[in-house]
Amino acid sequence: MIGGLFIYNHKGEVLISRVYRDDIGRNAVDAFRVNVIHARQQVRSPVTNIARTSFFHVKRSNIWLAAVTKQNVNAAMVFEFLYKMCDVMTAYFGKISEENIKNNFVLIYELLDEILDFGYPQNSETGALKTFITQQGIKSQTKEEQSQITSQVTGQIGWRREGIKYRRNELFLDVLESVNLLMSPQGQVLSAHVSGRVVMKSYLSGMPECKFGMNDKIVIEKQGKGTADETGKSELGSGKQSIAIDDCTFHQCVRLSKFDSERSISFIPPDGEFELMRYRTTKDIILPFRVIPLVREVGRTKLEVKVVIKSNFKPSLLAQKIEVRIPTPLNTSGVQVICMKGKAKYKASENAIVWKIKRMAGMKESQISAEIELLPTNDKKKWARPPISMNFEVPFAPSGLKVQSRVDVRGTHPMPWREEDEKGTGAADTVSSPSGWSESCTEKPGGDIGRCHLGRQDDRRGWPGGHEHT
Amino acid sequence: MTDSKYFTTTKKGEIFELKAELNSDKKEKKKEAVKKVIASMTVGKDVSALFPDVVNCMQTDNLELKKLVYLYLMNYAKSQPDMAIMAVNTFVKDCEDPNPLIRALAVRTMGCIRVDKITEYLCEPLRKCLKDEDPYVRKTAAVCVAKLHDINAQLVEDQGFLDTLKDLISDSNPMVVANAVAALSEIAESHPSSNLLDLNPQSINKLLTALNECTEWGQIFILDCLANYMPKDDREAQSICERVTPRLSHANSAVVLSAVKVLMKFMEMLSKDLDYYGTLLKKLAPPLVTLLSAEPELQYVALRNINLIVQKRPEILKHEMKVFFVKYNDPIYVKLEKLDIMIRLASQANIAQVLAELKEYATEVDVDFVRKAVRAIGRCAIKVEQSAERCVSTLLDLIQTKVNYVVQEAIVVIKDIFRKYPNKYESVIATLCENLDSLDEPEARAAMIWIVGEYAERIDNADELLESFLEGFHDESTQVQLQLLTAIVKLFLKKPTETQELVQQVLSLATQDSDNPDLRDRGYIYWRLLSTDPVAAKEVVLAEKPLISEETDLIEPTLLDELICYIGTLASVYHKPPSAFVEGSRGVLHKGLPPRTGSIEGPESPDTAPSGEPAADQPSVIPTQGDLLGDLLNLDLGPPVTGPPMATSTVPMGAVDLLGGGLDSLIGGSGSFTAAPSSTAPTNVGAPLGSGLGDLFDLTAGVGTLSGSYVAPKTVWLPAMKAKGLEISGTFSRQVGSISMDLVLTNKALQVMSDFAIQFNRNSFGLAPAAPLQVHAPLAPNQSVEISLPLNTVGSVMKMDPLNNLQVAVKNNIDVFYFSTLYPLHILFVEDGKMERQMFLATWKDIPNENETQFQIKDCSLNADAVSSKLQGSNIFTIAKRNVEGQDMLYQSLKLTNGIWVLAELRIQPSNPSFMLSLKCRAPEVSQYIYQAYETILKN
Repeated sequence: MIGGLFIYNHKGEVLISRVYRDDIGRNAVDAFRVNVIHARQQVRSPVTNIARTSFFHVKRSNIWLAAVTKQNVNAAMVFEFLYKMCDVMTAYFGKISEENIKNNFVLIYELLDEILDFGYPQNSETGALKTFITQQGIKSQTKEEQSQITSQVTGQIGWRREGIKYRRNELFLDVLESVNLLMSPQGQVLSAHVSGRVVMKSYLSGMPECKFGMNDKIVIEKQGKGTADETGKSELGSGKQSIAIDDCTFHQCVRLSKFDSERSISFIPPDGEFELMRYRTTKDIILPFRVIPLVREVGRTKLEVKVVIKSNFKPSLLAQKIEVRIPTPLNTSGVQVICMKGKAKYKASENAIVWKIKRMAGMKESQISAEIELLPTNDKKKWARPPISMNFEVPFAPSGLKVQSRVDVRGTHPMPWREEDEKGTGAADTVSSPSGWSESCTEKPGGDIGRCHLGRQDDRRGWPGGHEHT
Repeated sequence: MTDSKYFTTTKKGEIFELKAELNSDKKEKKKEAVKKVIASMTVGKDVSALFPDVVNCMQTDNLELKKLVYLYLMNYAKSQPDMAIMAVNTFVKDCEDPNPLIRALAVRTMGCIRVDKITEYLCEPLRKCLKDEDPYVRKTAAVCVAKLHDINAQLVEDQGFLDTLKDLISDSNPMVVANAVAALSEIAESHPSSNLLDLNPQSINKLLTALNECTEWGQIFILDCLANYMPKDDREAQSICERVTPRLSHANSAVVLSAVKVLMKFMEMLSKDLDYYGTLLKKLAPPLVTLLSAEPELQYVALRNINLIVQKRPEILKHEMKVFFVKYNDPIYVKLEKLDIMIRLASQANIAQVLAELKEYATEVDVDFVRKAVRAIGRCAIKVEQSAERCVSTLLDLIQTKVNYVVQEAIVVIKDIFRKYPNKYESVIATLCENLDSLDEPEARAAMIWIVGEYAERIDNADELLESFLEGFHDESTQVQLQLLTAIVKLFLKKPTETQELVQQVLSLATQDSDNPDLRDRGYIYWRLLSTDPVAAKEVVLAEKPLISEETDLIEPTLLDELICYIGTLASVYHKPPSAFVEGSRGVLHKGLPPRTGSIEGPESPDTAPSGEPAADQPSVIPTQGDLLGDLLNLDLGPPVTGPPMATSTVPMGAVDLLGGGLDSLIGGSGSFTAAPSSTAPTNVGAPLGSGLGDLFDLTAGVGTLSGSYVAPKTVWLPAMKAKGLEISGTFSRQVGSISMDLVLTNKALQVMSDFAIQFNRNSFGLAPAAPLQVHAPLAPNQSVEISLPLNTVGSVMKMDPLNNLQVAVKNNIDVFYFSTLYPLHILFVEDGKMERQMFLATWKDIPNENETQFQIKDCSLNADAVSSKLQGSNIFTIAKRNVEGQDMLYQSLKLTNGIWVLAELRIQPSNPSFMLSLKCRAPEVSQYIYQAYETILKN
């Protein structure tokens, strides 16, 4: 198991050092600094073995987190734990920076004592941790409070505490999809997949029982087979309207065995924001945009770049907050841009031209051209030519995903919710209007479902085809 | 409030100031002071002098302060054991606190203080906490048992904590169960023999239930523990698999990988015909692909594991090539791993895409990545024959780029392509030769030299090229020197007339001026070969080379199987068994995949499972340069240094006539040799050591009174090359009712071997060592020891295929080695195998006819009496003899150690050397092996 955990700043100074096992000595702290942080070469592996001691590290901005062990530990678990540790710290004090870590080192030690015992990760859900690691000094709790804390920390629903109350019950759902596209220099799509995330923000009282549904092909086919009178409905759902999900993973609140047997997603959500699921699809992906770049080298000190984007969806729909990022060479000295629509700016610190368009309807086209002045260099290192990427919001999902969700709030709560309970169980919020992502309010008092759709399209080979030499 | 200020104090006299502050009356000041102390501790300052003052702060209601003091204690208690005692009272008191959080904190901290005196006081509180009403305290206490065990294992056993811990597996709280499982697994690991984690179907069921309810980390503990369980049959394996599969959708990659481990392991037991087997295979692919969208560090872990999974079960991901295409922003370690997997998945169906990608990668920026991509193109050529031509032309294009490292890498792989497809692409040699001057890496130089030597007859100026290398011979690295030596010898054998001078020059450089023993030895071998028998030299040096296999860099199958059992762990990241990087007793325990329990319908052919393939079919790995002829040096030339050094003094070096004779005979004449530098030819190497033994026992068998069955000569079971220098040969014997395994252990390594131990896998007849392997003195290099290991048949039984297969593990101070061997069945024939006549007749009739099998024993010239007495020596008893129409009919019986009776009828015709053998047995699957035993006994 994990023998020790160290946090360093960018210079390699130790900010936090917690040793869990006797086989890890103080020299391990230095070994990592010398061999990894101060190593001349770029890091070649996140796992390093130095003198029979293994170091796992992750980096967050300038901060290094390293877990140390001398045993054959579960490596995947160690990394998952390090990420979790980052999440917990972020939830407590925001950005992970040297300043914040130094300011909160007592808290961090307290957390480390709680979430790792003898190197074994324990409950690391912030929701639960925040009930008893507060830094305010524990006020004399009542006996009930104490046992409530311990039962929550060790319980089946370790991610949510009892007795949460909201005046307005709200649930927000964001579907974030990123389209990964690989194109050959000839412009042929080699592979495309959508990896999506469903992020939920729940502000619900009590222990709400939620169900989440989507137009997953398997579920719809199942329903179709199940009941004959529903065929009409399932026809609606089948065909283009259902999507084939290659694989999905869920937050630990989702009952996996139920998903495995019935393919229904049911859960009691943590309070606040969390990632409910991730999914991946490869079939029938709608590419909302096409990006066509043209690059011309004019001599050794000048590049001419032209990028055309074409929106590739129904004219009645609108894409919003479009941002195209065009990387520029490291030795760029100046850039002049002309764009037909939106605003474009060269950002020297990011080595990119950022082009922003507020709104763009379907089946439209827009273009930007830029002249890039280069400083003559004798640096032999080639420029890696990063891909052009773009971010945007569209009122549909490139994967075709649609969501139905249902929240049942069970009656373990004080008075005001009784009433809601009856309505709540009856109310199903189904979103399957043709355009998919339009706003619709629920009948629930104070209930609100908001969605927005964020897409991201990455074209890995940012400079396909038109690379012309003159 | 900014705590960061504590990190900056570097004044002199700081300790004194802190001391004063710690003893302040004001609570706030105290707390501040403790914080300063902890900050100093973190940055590595020694603040142990403040021990008593800090401990004084321990008794407080302020939980935050208490935790800080505890943190200090954990760090310094060991250096101040006497002072640490002061803390005991507070701990004991805290363990009784009404607040469960404080009880748990106390027991958790106490376990971290490694001071004997404190440990003594820990026992009672720990006992109470293990039975605490609050699950939070119980889950903390469970881990504390593991801590205590790490400090004092004996104490934990004496106090009965292990039993209490086992009880916690049935606890109502899932987290308590998970922590108990983790603690038990860890303790069990340091006691491989103990049956601590006594897993049975009931406890497995409990674990599977807890799996659905506990935290993500708890799920990992439970899955890792489940992976060590050995289901009793395929049905149980399947039901566990069914309950583990839902975990594949967990967001935590470690849960997914641990689930994959359980499934990969238990899948071994499932029959391939099962529908479920196919379903499971299909279910494994998507989660593995999804792991690739995790954070880069996890992707790396996942890819290292996928690399293993692809080697073990290529069918799982064969359609998923595209997901391994490299992304622009992948970190380099992810890129390199993806590339490796792409090659493993390359097939005729997807080769075009793969090649297009690889070509793209070869123009990337990172040097290592580019090199690997170039190498990958070569590997594609070797793997997919149809693509070879395109690969070669791609490589030539890359050579044209003149990028130095690309050229060198390309030449290295082209050499392999030449070996795989001889006489096909030699037209490119000219292009290669153009780049000769730019090669500065040893591997590339060696590869080029090999090419020149191998195709010397097609390269007009081969001698000039090689000569140019010879100028700086001593500055070259060893692999280039060895390669140059071999290449020039090849050249000489092909064009003897023009290159005599060159070969003499290289031989003298290698033997006279070099300090490298490998180089000298190889030089002498060539020298002797050329001077004694040039024709033989030609046969040896220019021998047809074995084809290289398609797959390269494969992990050895036994190691692969072991690593599959370690999916998700560091071992799977390093691709090394834990013993290679873990110190001490932990991890030494070897794990293996469960054998397939094919249902009784018939032995399943292991055609698809690589683990079942005989060793001979294992693909060999492309040897690195310098090993190409390395085998030559493996010949053991008896006592070292006899001929050659003498020769150097007697033969004038550099004498022009040195090889004169050889030259003649090469050209056609049968000249005699005058100046052979060697004195003796290598004497017979590796003569079978026990071959005489067999004859010895023939005699006794003939007499038939002395009970000792036929003993086969010893054969090599474990070649030294596979066991880091340990060679094991052996045979089985049975004498006066006891079976033994006669072994010869030979140390062919350069270091002393000791700490031998042996273990058998479960086998069909429960053969097991009756005593430990006794090697009294450490085995020095080049020494052999003969051991007779007594065996019994009371070990655990599992049907093997073939029935008489025995898998053995031998351990020494260097490593653990595995081999399997077949034992002759007659060592299992017991002495009281003689059946009563009446009984025989009744049994013969009783056994159904379909259980009768007939065999023919050919070419045996013994008469009936001789046969009878010979067989009796091996406990096959003749019950009756009849003469029917000139044929002798022998009726015989024998009994196996496990009580199986076998009845036999042996028909012998005086004129016919072929005997007919009919065997009847209630377990007909043994018949074939009985027949083999008959044949061995009669023919020896």
